[in-house]
Amino acid sequence: METELNTQTTDFTKKKKMISSDVLIPKILALFAFISIFTTVGIVAILIFESVNFFRAVPFLDFITGTKWTPLFEPAQFGVLPLIAGTLMVTVIASIVAIPIGLGSAIYLSEYAPARVRNIVKPILEILAGIPTIVYGFFALTFVTPLLKLFIPQVEIFNALSAGIVVGIMIIPIISSMSEDAMVAVPNSLRNGAYALGATRFEVAVKIVVPAALSGIVASFVLGLSRAIGETMIVTLAAGSLPNLEFNPLKSIQTLTAYIVSVSSGDTRYGSVEYLTIYAVGITLFVMTLLMNILAGYISRKFREEY
Amino acid sequence: MADNGELRHIAKRKRKNRLFHQLFFMSTCFGIVALALLLIQVLVQGAGWLDWDFLTSYASRIPSRAGILAALVGTFWLMVITAPLTFIIGVATAIYLEEYGKDTRLSRLIQTNISNLAGVPSIVYGLLGLTVFVQLLSMGRSLLAGALTMTLLVLPIIIVSSQEAIKTVPQSLRNASFALGANRWQTIVRVVLPSALPGIMTGSILSLSRAIGETAPLIVVGAVAYVAFLPSSPLDTFTVMPIQIFNWASQPQAEFQNVAAAGIIVLLIMLLSMNAFAIFLRNKYQKKQ
Repeated sequence: METELNTQTTDFTKKKKMISSDVLIPKILALFAFISIFTTVGIVAILIFESVNFFRAVPFLDFITGTKWTPLFEPAQFGVLPLIAGTLMVTVIASIVAIPIGLGSAIYLSEYAPARVRNIVKPILEILAGIPTIVYGFFALTFVTPLLKLFIPQVEIFNALSAGIVVGIMIIPIISSMSEDAMVAVPNSLRNGAYALGATRFEVAVKIVVPAALSGIVASFVLGLSRAIGETMIVTLAAGSLPNLEFNPLKSIQTLTAYIVSVSSGDTRYGSVEYLTIYAVGITLFVMTLLMNILAGYISRKFREEY
Repeated sequence: MADNGELRHIAKRKRKNRLFHQLFFMSTCFGIVALALLLIQVLVQGAGWLDWDFLTSYASRIPSRAGILAALVGTFWLMVITAPLTFIIGVATAIYLEEYGKDTRLSRLIQTNISNLAGVPSIVYGLLGLTVFVQLLSMGRSLLAGALTMTLLVLPIIIVSSQEAIKTVPQSLRNASFALGANRWQTIVRVVLPSALPGIMTGSILSLSRAIGETAPLIVVGAVAYVAFLPSSPLDTFTVMPIQIFNWASQPQAEFQNVAAAGIIVLLIMLLSMNAFAIFLRNKYQKKQ
């Protein structure tokens, strides 16, 4: 009788423990999950707070419409347009490289390649995606720039073209793998219908598969470009540090990201206006990439074709 | 007669198909060729400079004496702090989102938030780390500040991959555990996690290899390139391999480019062996299922 009672009480305490672990533990886990929210809040709050401090010293209009960026020299001028122009130039060059090649290889892998080839090529593209950007930067500086110099002698040592091409190479795996995923999701019945009407493989790919997967493909372009805008080390190493409002890809430029690196690796005093520039430039960069990412999400939701 | 024109038309379409087949194949090869050129370039430049002395010397102003020791040890300590933090926070978040908070408003908010965080440029994390860890919490330009910044940077990757791994655990396993009287937490710890672990490990290794290769945020947080000692506490200044490589690559002397290439070889060997291990885990796990 007594032993029975004992086992009953231990059963009860066990049950109590079980219930409490199911009450307490979700709360602890939720705390960890909140860290990611704190990160976002932290990023936005810091960028806004420090930028407001910056815009107390420099009028917002001068910043956003100014064409001279010389914060570290006298007379200091804070027009961000040269940095934005540099960033856009690198991004445009990168997309000229990456969009046709990424889309072409996605079509090949999804529509033409035999399974054997795909099993070899896809891991190689994964390796390409895993190479650190500093290595790409080194490649741009020591291989692509000298190569360009052979064909175009007036290329400067630091130039937007070489950096743009290599940023393009870097985002090929992103565009190619996301586009391929979108194409593989197109049901085979659509392809078979076209084949039955006598279409060639090329016609099926371009007239059936690509239009059907268009939302995913365009979203991959936008995400790739957003990555190009935020890319830092390649442009820091290969594109130089001259913020001129120029559209000559053979010359040295500076991007938003490269500027932040150049100030951080120097010895600017904490709290000074020069120091605050990195937050103003940072929020510009953040807003640009955020808009691109929202656009990509919107495109892939809004224009998705359901089969 | 009309057939003749039609046949020509078909032949033309077939030619077009063959032409574009070649073009698409060539664009696939472009990425592979670029990877090959990159590896060859690095090997040709750096292989001659890579020896035991290179691994055991500190950075130097003389190219032939420069070594990667401080950076190698710095990367190692950075991982010692970052790896457990990302693993605990990442897996806990994934468990919460998949097992407890499914389809609640809070979990949808966190989910959207995580996918947005994954798109934030890494250098912006550097600004976050500089302001919060270096300045506000006055950790200084230390190993700890760098490691915490890296943790926040790679969290989205490890959360998403852990979620994927947890999703693949069949519901029937959970139901069996519930039927035996286990509660949610017991089911998670004894049934779900063991079965999802290989997938979680693969994701963790991949996210760590991302952290090892990242440069920009650590430059902003203030890792220094000329460090002639090994860090002895988390509050010491430090350097890591990518920053050391960046510093060598931006030196004007041509010989430093070779030193940078040697550093890149060390970095790539480290990353490739981590990725190979992750792929090995994934394949072993896929075969079992």
